[in-house]
Amino acid sequence: MYHFVIVGVLVILMTILTYMGIDAVGLARHMNPVSASAQAVFVDQMWHWEIWVISFLFSLIVVPLVYSLIFFRQKKGEMKDGEHVEGNTQLEIAWTIMPLIIVVIFAYFGAYTLGEERRVDPNAMVINVKAQQFTWTFEYPQYGFFSSELHLPVDQQVVLKMESADVIHSFWVPEFRLKQDVVPGRTTEYRITPDLEGSYKVRCAELCGTSHAYMENPLVVTSQADYDAWVQEQIAIAAASKTPEGQGKVLATSNGCVGCHSADGTKLTGPTWFDLFGSEVPLADGTTTTADEAYLAESIKDPNVKVVEGFPANVMPAFSLTDEEISNIIAYIKTLK
Amino acid sequence: MKNIKPFWRGILFLVVFGAVGYGLGLGLDFLMVKSLRFSGPVPSVFALLFAFTAFFLGVFGFRGITRGLVWQVLGTLVGGLLVAGIRAIMGLPAFGDFFFTEPSWVFGALTGAISFLFGVGVLDDWMKWTRGIDTPDEHEEHYHGWEKYFAVSLDHKVIGVQYTVTALLLISIGGLFALIFRSELAESQLQFLTTNLNLFSQNGPQLYNSLMSLHGMIMIVSILLGTAGFINYVVPLLLGAQDMAFPRLNAFSYWVSVPAAVLLLMSLFLGGFDTGWTGYPPLSARAPVGMQMFFLGVFVAGWSSILGSLNVLVTVVRMRAKGMTAWRLPILVWAAVATGLIALTATQLIGLSFQLVMFQRLFGMGFFDPAKGGNPVLFQHLFWFYSHPAVYVFVLPGLGVISELLPVFVRKPLFGYKWIAMSSLGIALVGFVVWAHHMFTSGMNEYLRIPFMYSTLLVAIPTGVKFFSWVATMWKGKISTPTPMLFVLGGIVVFLMGGLSGPPNAIVSTDLQLHDTYFIVGHFHDTIFGGFVFPFFAAIYYWFPKATGRRMNETLGKIHFWLMTPAFFVMTFGMMYVGLLGMRRRIVDYDPALHLDATHFVVTIAAFLIALSVLIFFFNFFNSIKNGEKAEGNVWNSRSPEWQVPSPMPVHNYEKPLEVVGEPYGYGSGDDGYIKFVEPAVNAHK
Repeated sequence: MYHFVIVGVLVILMTILTYMGIDAVGLARHMNPVSASAQAVFVDQMWHWEIWVISFLFSLIVVPLVYSLIFFRQKKGEMKDGEHVEGNTQLEIAWTIMPLIIVVIFAYFGAYTLGEERRVDPNAMVINVKAQQFTWTFEYPQYGFFSSELHLPVDQQVVLKMESADVIHSFWVPEFRLKQDVVPGRTTEYRITPDLEGSYKVRCAELCGTSHAYMENPLVVTSQADYDAWVQEQIAIAAASKTPEGQGKVLATSNGCVGCHSADGTKLTGPTWFDLFGSEVPLADGTTTTADEAYLAESIKDPNVKVVEGFPANVMPAFSLTDEEISNIIAYIKTLK
Repeated sequence: MKNIKPFWRGILFLVVFGAVGYGLGLGLDFLMVKSLRFSGPVPSVFALLFAFTAFFLGVFGFRGITRGLVWQVLGTLVGGLLVAGIRAIMGLPAFGDFFFTEPSWVFGALTGAISFLFGVGVLDDWMKWTRGIDTPDEHEEHYHGWEKYFAVSLDHKVIGVQYTVTALLLISIGGLFALIFRSELAESQLQFLTTNLNLFSQNGPQLYNSLMSLHGMIMIVSILLGTAGFINYVVPLLLGAQDMAFPRLNAFSYWVSVPAAVLLLMSLFLGGFDTGWTGYPPLSARAPVGMQMFFLGVFVAGWSSILGSLNVLVTVVRMRAKGMTAWRLPILVWAAVATGLIALTATQLIGLSFQLVMFQRLFGMGFFDPAKGGNPVLFQHLFWFYSHPAVYVFVLPGLGVISELLPVFVRKPLFGYKWIAMSSLGIALVGFVVWAHHMFTSGMNEYLRIPFMYSTLLVAIPTGVKFFSWVATMWKGKISTPTPMLFVLGGIVVFLMGGLSGPPNAIVSTDLQLHDTYFIVGHFHDTIFGGFVFPFFAAIYYWFPKATGRRMNETLGKIHFWLMTPAFFVMTFGMMYVGLLGMRRRIVDYDPALHLDATHFVVTIAAFLIALSVLIFFFNFFNSIKNGEKAEGNVWNSRSPEWQVPSPMPVHNYEKPLEVVGEPYGYGSGDDGYIKFVEPAVNAHK
């Protein structure tokens, strides 16, 4: 009998130790990184309960296992068998029913926290999200502009209406604790209430091709005042962009070009647009070509005809752009010097 | 040439013919694209096929597996050229960027796989039957010693060893892939898989995706073959049977997996694929030709699983020894039955889902193409309807090994035998109604997530029964810890880690954060190492003397265990840790701002230590075949029937029929054992 008492005490001690160990690396009370949405609170609460149960069940098995290994070892040279105990039906029933109860309680709390995460605010602000290989584009429909950065006001529920232009992507902001796939052919919804100002990143969580790792766009949560100022700024930019190059910049953002082609010389998935126009471009087949209007137009329409050295073919998707739109984008590229 | 040992002759042939194949591929490629692509796909594929075939030619000569591989190469070329010819007549381009066009490669790969089966000779008997020629049930021994493992054999013990060694080979290849991309992950930014790299028509990140995806599927196939290995070897012995119910089908099940493995490897060289092992469309509908080789490889390997499990089920139903009633079956047999039920009924779904994508690519059928009214989420339902139960196919046999070996080394009966047996069936049954928990973020009906959360958590109950029963088995036993027992204990603890890291993924609210992060990667490696890798090693250490007549070195076995286990814990804890800090899965590079570099570096070191421990195992394995200590009598003092006869196991298993007279795990009861051999009845002839 005293074996059971010792093991019982050890299980309790071990549970506390395991919990403290997980807490020591900062992962017991909440997940990492910092929580930045009202919904994240429920996720972290659920996680905290899970860590307690995990600590207990881990100890419940490992402690008697290790205890047996130490105290019920066969001594050297001993050839005797153990006690002939074939089982105990009452025990088996007990350890079937008890976990069943735990499981049902847990599933209930899981459903409860999910319900809280999905709670709808009728005044939620709508933002349209377009995902494509390998960038995100955000459309603010009530103001009519596009942005490659997602700006959100703090403490205001937003609902993102998300569509994909090509393959499956997944919208994830680790600080928000929520994830939702973006599926071609349908609109999926992501509802969030940011509650901590700061700069984060929208990261694609569903493998979407070569540059999946780099499908990250900036996300900024600001005060309502700063958010309003940013919106006014974007509206002004959109209004000023009636020129061909201005239109070209809008098109380059709304079509996601800027996700792969930088405007400042940085090497992303595709060649940079900085100082591109008029330059000599080395091609994969060893020749070079001059980046004139004809070359740029051809490369936008059919990117695989002339592949730039150091960049793989068959990466850039097809776009349905009119000739005028293409010439506007080229006009914008010309300005990048 | 006579003096060179077969193995070294194989290596010589591999190098020479590999170079010949490379040159041939380079020349053909030059004819097509008018430039020399030294690291291109065509020379690589030709080099692979030639080198692989030539190795076996050198070792074994032109028979058995070599003939199969040669036929596969020829079959691939003939099938590919046939389609190229038809395309030429139709006015379509006959050849493409990878020498053949995609339809040519697919048809060629299929004819190649079928040609292999004819070439290796596994269809010979059936072909004879179609012509009315009778064949003996017991094959005469054409080959002796190690040679019998390189050709078709109908002996379940030979087939079991063939499965096991193939699985170990594939584990090495899959592990090698892991080490390559794990090294890339040791630091943020790209180190050697850079965008400037160009290998097999892939740049660094593309190659990363191919290797990562193939690591997944090659490991899965190796697990299926590994479990089939010990089930094939052991189950007929435990039942007291002479062989499996259908010996020819058994050989077929094994041999069909060899061309499947070749197809999977070909996918790496034919442009690779960047979808992960799940192959979700629309991404998989756009990936290079390698995608099709991957789909076909899995499709062909699926036959191995389906037919193999059919064979196991019939064997258990029909070929048990006298007195072996349901509650006196060895517990591993119960696990094999539960596994067989899943594999027999679910495998079709992964084959179907991959076939649909193949047809979408080849014939423009828009099953999963929204532009044609298709639905990408439908694929995920079809795929996971197999691929979730599949993880129970991976772990149930391993858990069966744990339950089978534990009583031997504890010297006590298995606690709650009936409950453990039924828990395997319970897991198999519940496993069929949980698949959508892989899809909580997929955009499927959001209310359906709740019932799938409940059903998934229910799996914890039969699994819990196993854990509690194992602990109760050990309680007040007389425990000894030779190498097999160490791996059993390691398996229990590691599988417990896998089991306990599961519920946070099953519970929708926390899964919405954890899904597609490295936490899942850690969780999955825990379940598979605990449920398969550790028990698989336990099974090899335990039954090695039965198969070879010699024991594996105990010291090296313990070094293997004590190196692998701590390294493994560090690896998976590291994986879960970075996952909780925001590391996504399947990415070639991570944001340095997340501060994951140090942990990733440690995880990489741990992965290399695991590889080192497996190398020690390989040395022990091959060295012990020749130099191991001779195994005398009942090595582990087990009650099981296979240990009551000499080692290595006689060709026709038991000379006298056996009869069950006691409990399978009646240790400490002082009875006369589990079985006795029946003296043949006195001849009644006059």
